[in-house]
Amino acid sequence: MLEIKNLHVQLAEEDKQILKGVDLTVEPGKVHAIMGPNGSGKSTLSYVLSGREGYEVTEGSATLDGASLLDMDPEDRAAAGLFLAFQYPVEIPGVGNMTFLRTAVNAQRKARGQEEMSSTEFLKVVREKAKSLKIDADMLKRPVNVGFSGGEKKRNEILQMAMLEPKMCILDETDSGLDVDAMKLVADGVNALRDEGRGFLVITHYQRLLDHIKPDVVHIMANGRIIKTGGPDLALEVEKNGYADLKAEAV
Amino acid sequence: MALPQAKLDATEARLATLTLPEGGWSAAARRDALARLREMGLPGRRDEYWKWTRPDTLIQPEAPEAALLENSEGQIFSQFERLKIVFTDGVFDPEQSDDLEAEGVRIDRLADVQQQDIHWARDLYGKLEARGQSPVKRPLAALNTAFATDGVLIHVTGKPSKPICLTYHHRDTRSDAILHHVVKVDEGAEVTLLENGPAAARFNKCVELDIADTGKVHHIRAQGRDHERRAATHLFARLGAESVFKTFTLTMNGVMTRNEAVIEFTGDDAVGHVAGACVGDGDFHHDDTVFITHDAVGCESRQVFKKVLRNGATGVFQGKILVKEGAQKTDGYQISQSLLLDEDSQFLAKPELEIYADDVACSHGSTSGAIDEEALFYLRSRGVPYGEATDLLTLAFLAEAVQEVENEDLRELMVERLGNWLARRRS
Repeated sequence: MLEIKNLHVQLAEEDKQILKGVDLTVEPGKVHAIMGPNGSGKSTLSYVLSGREGYEVTEGSATLDGASLLDMDPEDRAAAGLFLAFQYPVEIPGVGNMTFLRTAVNAQRKARGQEEMSSTEFLKVVREKAKSLKIDADMLKRPVNVGFSGGEKKRNEILQMAMLEPKMCILDETDSGLDVDAMKLVADGVNALRDEGRGFLVITHYQRLLDHIKPDVVHIMANGRIIKTGGPDLALEVEKNGYADLKAEAV
Repeated sequence: MALPQAKLDATEARLATLTLPEGGWSAAARRDALARLREMGLPGRRDEYWKWTRPDTLIQPEAPEAALLENSEGQIFSQFERLKIVFTDGVFDPEQSDDLEAEGVRIDRLADVQQQDIHWARDLYGKLEARGQSPVKRPLAALNTAFATDGVLIHVTGKPSKPICLTYHHRDTRSDAILHHVVKVDEGAEVTLLENGPAAARFNKCVELDIADTGKVHHIRAQGRDHERRAATHLFARLGAESVFKTFTLTMNGVMTRNEAVIEFTGDDAVGHVAGACVGDGDFHHDDTVFITHDAVGCESRQVFKKVLRNGATGVFQGKILVKEGAQKTDGYQISQSLLLDEDSQFLAKPELEIYADDVACSHGSTSGAIDEEALFYLRSRGVPYGEATDLLTLAFLAEAVQEVENEDLRELMVERLGNWLARRRS
């Protein structure tokens, strides 16, 4: 599904290499986790895949179901089925959350040649999905993420994911800033979306999120590369021993 | 002090093309206004309040030619029940207007001054305009009082069931219209005033509005979408105790629009809001000049102006709050913001506060900015295409001003027209 080959990325503004040859394949139905210390390039990977400006790909490729992501505008990547749950969801004053969701859902449907969702149908679906994430009517009415707590923002990300039903979901440190209960709620939301056609790439610092979202494969990233890949046990190992041993091993 | 020769020449050149109307009951007021105008002269670029807006086309003897607008969207307020008063190229158009008889309101034509003495209007005509000449001179308003050829005199005695809608039609590419309306709102009376339409090739309009204690006025004006509009408008309002006045202007296009609002609180605990949302591109020039005087206790004033500018458009805001001695518990708020969609456009703003009371809350802010790239990426990452995402953020920027329109249907209409304007420019 998602295939990343020898991806090299530097900052557009300065000559600083951040990703130095990332290889990664996520199969449909699988949850891959990427762990790694600060500055290892995890978030950069998520931004480059979703099309944020400010990065320059100097080598390598990234494809979703065979289509090259790197040549597409961010909106086309989304229409192709890619979704990034932001580490820091953006506040948009003046745009109602509901308007935002509906515009996004219908823009994607339009891009895929599907009919737009009627407002009644949309309302029904969004209410149902919001309820399971404990997002109340008030949060749907308020401007996007404005005045939301950290937990509410992350739940709102998962709601968007549930509404957009992407093929490939990237979660960038979705656990950051969450207390245990909020993390559980978010994890339940993600787990509800797991199915055999959908791939996940879960980026996190800590193993604890992976207690709730059980990964199939765990990658360790350091210094712009994936230095080790293993099963769920690898996350536990990192939790116990830190990254230092793995980094030493990789050198 | 004698006027500079250039100003004197410009003033006399303009006056040479005008004839003082047979005034009837308004004759004295017109003569006074002409004297005021001769004393101050027409505006020039050296005048403090005209340094960012070139008055040339507004004061030159003949109106510059202006193409007629082909409006595919239809008249903006046509979906609403309203009492229609139509002016075509500055002349009252009885064919297209409704019967002016309505419950709770008495409406007369200014042009009928010869036939009858309307004493309440005689007491107001040119009076609020004259008050509004200090401390800032407004020569185009004095010119208007002296030479207005038509207009309506609206006396609101109750609560008319429908809004009163002034619609301006432009049929002659060289028309030069001067309209003067006087509105008097009695104690406890309430009215909604709507204004729309391209009025003439050049338009000078003045409204004097006197709201008695506990009176309420909602004023919604739509200027646009005529590209070659040259308009100078003045609104002089006097607010009695516990009265409410809310005015909102939607402006689209226009090469030269100067909207001045002069509001004076004379009774305690009144509320006055002045707001505007404007969108323009290319040779668009739009100027909001506002002066609010608090001369009573516990009044609330709000100025909310938002301008979206692209392709080298210019926006100007000059807004002042004057709190006089004794106007304690004043709550004054002023915000003026521009969203510059490219690097060629400019926004010039001068917020002013002058406060002589010690127990007041006044705030002001002015900003210029571009589309928030973070928000834009966020929207695009959710599949919203670039153009649509930009429009959504632009409407969000305008929202605070549009929010000042209390009536939900009217508010939605403003958003719809703004959205259409943006969508037409999306490529």
